[in-house]
Amino acid sequence: MADTTQQQQRPVYRNIHVTQIARYRLPPAGIVSILHRASGALMFLLLPFVIWLFDVSLTSEISYARFTSTFVAGLGWLPGWFMKLVALSLIWAYLHHFLAGARHLWMDVAHTVSKEEGHLSAISTLVSSGALTLVFGFKLFFS
Amino acid sequence: MTDKSFGSRRLVVGAHYGLRDWMAQRVTALLMALFTVALGAQLLLGPKLGYDRWAAIFSAQWMKFLTFIVIVALLYHAWIGMRDIWMDYVKPVGVKIALQVFTLAWLVGCTGWAVQVLWRL
Repeated sequence: MADTTQQQQRPVYRNIHVTQIARYRLPPAGIVSILHRASGALMFLLLPFVIWLFDVSLTSEISYARFTSTFVAGLGWLPGWFMKLVALSLIWAYLHHFLAGARHLWMDVAHTVSKEEGHLSAISTLVSSGALTLVFGFKLFFS
Repeated sequence: MTDKSFGSRRLVVGAHYGLRDWMAQRVTALLMALFTVALGAQLLLGPKLGYDRWAAIFSAQWMKFLTFIVIVALLYHAWIGMRDIWMDYVKPVGVKIALQVFTLAWLVGCTGWAVQVLWRL
């Protein structure tokens, strides 16, 4: 039987508190993981906006013009450049969520659970989603 | 009660939805990923995009079929993901249930809207 006093002296690891987040160093896999969540939540919250875009872009030629002008003239009191930023945040969220999800599926199928592979695939995910976002952002803003 | 909580007498409880949802999240993700590739290929191949070409893509019956499946997949996928977030971060039961009900209402509403847009075309 283990000594109970010894058990009580064991280090205790609890969930991190909100106030600790800023100075909590996450490994790349942890960053991919929390961004997977954040990007999913963002897309969930902006889903009505995406469906509205789907609606105006498809309904008629006139509404299609409304769709394109959203990113030039803006939407309501929101200027066009801001709508482009919103679109870019959705593009990033989609790309990151897609690639982080593909990483998950790959790990499930290939059983690649080593620390090194996880580290490498996490960095690849961050780099490729960032690079693709830059490409789409360039196309969105400058062409 | 306590004498039944170990060994072969252990009381197995819960709704057993863990594996099912884990699997569903992956299957729906795969469907959406395939749809993304199918849509992306159509957008990349072909002339400059305008209303006519964009509407033509979604007018095809097979594309409506696929899009409808993806809309339903998205509903289920987002529900599992958002429920996980609420379960992890929100402790008070009342608030958690309220947020889950909001999530369901939000998603069902969005699904109806998207389906209407699709079949009006």
